[in-house]
Amino acid sequence: MKTLLARPWIWAWVAAALAFALTAAISQNQGAWGLAVAALTFSAFSVIVGLGQMFVITLGPGNVDLSIPATMTLAGTVSLKVMDGGAGAEVTGLAIALAIGAGVGLTNYLLILLIRIPPIIATLAASFLYQSLAIWSNRGLRVKPPESLAEFAVGRSLGLPNLALLALVLSVLAWVALNRAAYGRQISAIGQNPRAARLSGLPVEAVRLATYMLCAVLAGLCGFLLSCFSGGAALNMGQEYLLASIAVVVIGGSSIGGGRSNVPGIWAGALFLFLIVSMLNSYGLGAGVRLLMTGLIIIAIVAVGSRGPRGT
Amino acid sequence: MRPDLRILLPVLSLAVLLALVFWLQPRAMSYRGLNLLFNLAVPIALATVAQMIIIMVNDIDLSMGTFVSFVACVTATFVHDTPVIGYLMLAGAVLAYAAIGALIQARDLPAIVVTLGMSFVWAGLAVLVLPTPGGAAPEWLRTLMTARPPFVPMAVIAAALIALVGHLIVMRSSFGVLLRGLGGNEKSVAKAGWSPVLLRASAYGLAGLFAVLAGMTLVGLTTAADANIALRYTLLSIAGVILGGGEFTGGRVSPVGAVIGALTLTLAASFLSFLKLSSDWQIGAQGAILILVLAARLLFARRARA
Repeated sequence: MKTLLARPWIWAWVAAALAFALTAAISQNQGAWGLAVAALTFSAFSVIVGLGQMFVITLGPGNVDLSIPATMTLAGTVSLKVMDGGAGAEVTGLAIALAIGAGVGLTNYLLILLIRIPPIIATLAASFLYQSLAIWSNRGLRVKPPESLAEFAVGRSLGLPNLALLALVLSVLAWVALNRAAYGRQISAIGQNPRAARLSGLPVEAVRLATYMLCAVLAGLCGFLLSCFSGGAALNMGQEYLLASIAVVVIGGSSIGGGRSNVPGIWAGALFLFLIVSMLNSYGLGAGVRLLMTGLIIIAIVAVGSRGPRGT
Repeated sequence: MRPDLRILLPVLSLAVLLALVFWLQPRAMSYRGLNLLFNLAVPIALATVAQMIIIMVNDIDLSMGTFVSFVACVTATFVHDTPVIGYLMLAGAVLAYAAIGALIQARDLPAIVVTLGMSFVWAGLAVLVLPTPGGAAPEWLRTLMTARPPFVPMAVIAAALIALVGHLIVMRSSFGVLLRGLGGNEKSVAKAGWSPVLLRASAYGLAGLFAVLAGMTLVGLTTAADANIALRYTLLSIAGVILGGGEFTGGRVSPVGAVIGALTLTLAASFLSFLKLSSDWQIGAQGAILILVLAARLLFARRARA
């Protein structure tokens, strides 16, 4: 029990459970199970981008990928356009979405390395380019995803949403990569002390390249799945995932300063974010109050969960 | 980079861009033309100085755009209809900014997350204040922002004034030295007997004050507001600080540079519209300009070191 309480992600899970109970108690029309299914489905998207953002944030202060929304939009619009709603092109579409992610990750990394600008500005400036590419390639079209993909995205297996199962598999892989593989040790070492990591002979630049590419590939995958799920890509589809990707990492107890991350917290953060919004929805609050409350609750969680004053 | 070199690149970028605009559109080389080119620069410059103050203390404010929108909504409604309540609300908003700074310092919170959370709070409040686009600008504000002083357009005078006031507060006053010290070496400032909580609160409060002025001047120009009116300002203000030669750590910033950075960004938008670039590429081109200037900065830094 004591070790469980010491886990950095425990408070996020407590908060998520509380939000679930409060929401389930007042939403009579769908019941607790319906709420759980909805929460798992929508959280899957935040979890997928959150995992990528977590790896980037682990790299240390200043490392954050602000191009996630634009990458999602670009991957979603281009892959749907290529598939053009037809059957048989699903694998091609997925490959294109992942390739776009890889290209974006490589571009981001090269900007950071060559122009030596902080990642936050490099990914921000580059995201304008990705967004423009998406606008240009999309041209206001709304292409429907292939039938098979749309069915997969909203379907269930073993009673659970397919997307949640997929996100769960990715989370297990991410957990292994973070806690059991050399890669995880390397990013944590870089995040805790980049100089020491470099001096001890870690391939710092190769690890950073891999991390930015991993994050962008996950964003590409998320954009692909989201556009299949919602019946088409939209130019603003990635918008809310800028906050979500960072918030789920921090709410989940990972250190924003890098070097200390955990995977279970990502799920708690994602579920909590979704449940808070649906709780405020089911209380029948207006858009203004809903936004206000969401912001205040995020700040409160972060303030309570913080490690306290500097130096202690 | 030496301070005088730091200011050189922003000045040069602005000059090059201005020359390009005049070359594309010679008619812009007039009182009226300059007025049109730099019209929207005043609120952007104020927001950029606000962002610069936050970056100066090693934080970043991702709620700038929603906050300026909120202020615009309050200005177009309460300040116009019931000035006393309106100004009290704006003063409260500045205090709220100071409180956020104190909270970030006292609990050692990541500013990026707290301000992202605050962006929801301000967006929510803006929707509550002004659910549908509308409102009206207070008369004096409208008169001030559309004034036509002789010889030099209002926007240019205002930008120079903002740069001067920013420079005096941040670079010349002892208060500014303390704030830059907080960004440069927090421990030594604390050891010298100053409260970091109080200092960070003052920095945020000062930033809030500049951001309030940004929202008010914006309404003076547009005469109406809506809850999304200034969402772009978050990105614009960060980009402006960087274009102006500010750095992300260590309290190394330049108020004059930040104002010039804001002017450059405003001009970049006009330049792109003169180029008759397809609207698809407008945002992308802004990103490209940003990357180009940052790449140029690297060359300058190398030259300065050699």
